[in-house]
Amino acid sequence: MKNYDVVIIGGGSAGLAAALEVNKNGVKNILVIERDQELGGILLQCIHNGFGLKVFKEELTGPEYAERFVNMLKEEGIEFKLNSMVTKINKDKTVEYANSDEGFIQIQAKAIIITTGCYERNAGAISIPGNRPSGVLTAGTAQKYLNIDGYLVGKKVFILGSGDIGLIMARRMTLEGAEVIGVAEILPFSGGLQRNIVQCLEDYNIPLYLSHTVTEIIGKDKIEGIKVQKVDNFVPVPNTEMEFEVDALLLSVGLIPENGISEAAGIELHPRTKGPIVNESYQTNIEGVFACGNALHVHDLVDFVTTESRKAGEKAAKYVKGEYKDNVERINLVAKNGISYIVPQMVSSENVDKTIELFMRVTDVYKNVEFVIKQDGKELKRIKKKHLAPAEMEKVILTKSQIEGANKEITIEVEAL
Amino acid sequence: MKQELICIACPMGCHLEVDIDDNYFVTGNQCKRGEIYGKKELTNPTRLITSTVKIKNGINNRIPVKSSGEVPKDKIFLVMKELERIELYSPVKMNEVVIENVCGLGVNIITTRSM
Repeated sequence: MKNYDVVIIGGGSAGLAAALEVNKNGVKNILVIERDQELGGILLQCIHNGFGLKVFKEELTGPEYAERFVNMLKEEGIEFKLNSMVTKINKDKTVEYANSDEGFIQIQAKAIIITTGCYERNAGAISIPGNRPSGVLTAGTAQKYLNIDGYLVGKKVFILGSGDIGLIMARRMTLEGAEVIGVAEILPFSGGLQRNIVQCLEDYNIPLYLSHTVTEIIGKDKIEGIKVQKVDNFVPVPNTEMEFEVDALLLSVGLIPENGISEAAGIELHPRTKGPIVNESYQTNIEGVFACGNALHVHDLVDFVTTESRKAGEKAAKYVKGEYKDNVERINLVAKNGISYIVPQMVSSENVDKTIELFMRVTDVYKNVEFVIKQDGKELKRIKKKHLAPAEMEKVILTKSQIEGANKEITIEVEAL
Repeated sequence: MKQELICIACPMGCHLEVDIDDNYFVTGNQCKRGEIYGKKELTNPTRLITSTVKIKNGINNRIPVKSSGEVPKDKIFLVMKELERIELYSPVKMNEVVIENVCGLGVNIITTRSM
């Protein structure tokens, strides 16, 4: 059985950044396993711009961002395998994968980093009433067909859900000659970034129906139309039906971290993030198994994925070198009123150098509020926030001494000014 | 008159307020790019174009491209029409020029990956 110091599962933005950071920290026996035909992950189909402002200090498209990282990986001579599917990871840190050249292979790792990204919620997940004809696709699938393969999936399109991929696809399909009739969002606010509402919908006069959803799909073999209805607290309002003739319905209704192999290995997942529960070092409940990127929690910017994955890579390297302290006391980081989740979920000051970044999402849209941070119920600090939305990830930085000042937990909540 | 805008210069999405009577004075921005965007959006709105063109003999059927700079909003579909006629042949490098001075707009169309 072949031995590696660190095996990284997934060669997308998280895997690439983690691998480079492990390497930079002096641990050189690395393997990146990628199931697609090339490295880069979902960035390769995200041909729009907006990537890299934090990491490269310039605005890049997805493929450019990916290629820069792939080039760095190749320059460093880090080993990677393509067209290879990891089927199982085990508690003893053996990894099983398969590809058509080698067949079924088992390898031994000292540390594993899970960077498997996320998948899209699909038609089955949101139970739209009506038939199941062809022409109902997730926005990301339509994006791959268009940007990688060159197929436009429809000429008269409606989009359900206002996630970023859906908004980006509304513009993209409009540019390629399709008519995008509208976007419906069941919530009273959009699930996408504000800038995408502006540059993808408003620029092209595409209506956004907030508090609306698709209540019927019409058509037997091929989709012919849809019914859209206003909702009041998720319940369709009678006599508000609008019928649209469409040949495609795209779904942009959320992303879920991909954790099939993590769960099978006994990694504990968080009910809100749907990703592994991790500590300050991005280690899961299995010692030596780390997680980062969209497999850990869904990010809205790739730059944040890169930053997080670099930290996870550094910690995994420390683990291999024996510089990581696992058997230490940890305090919990608890999401209270108005906060949906905090990542990481627990922290030990022993593994924190100076500061630690906490990522979180809020549960609702807020204006002029404060984040209130408490140590064991005692107020530590307040941070003013002009505008908060669930679609936009928030960051709070704590210092080592602030963590040391708590015995049991640090809580964060939203309070009106 | 003051106009509220959402900055699209980066994914931060700052909420801007532009005072049209005060020489398009921008507030609410967190960086210089927001100031430039706020003024330009109300005087001469421009956008970067990202799309794909055909490629033969590559790993995929399409290769992504972008405009090397922003183009006026009302010229976007004109540029898209030009892109339809392009067919590349692999190998192509990242940031190679595909169309020089597209539609006379003073920007090039360049590839955004190698293939």
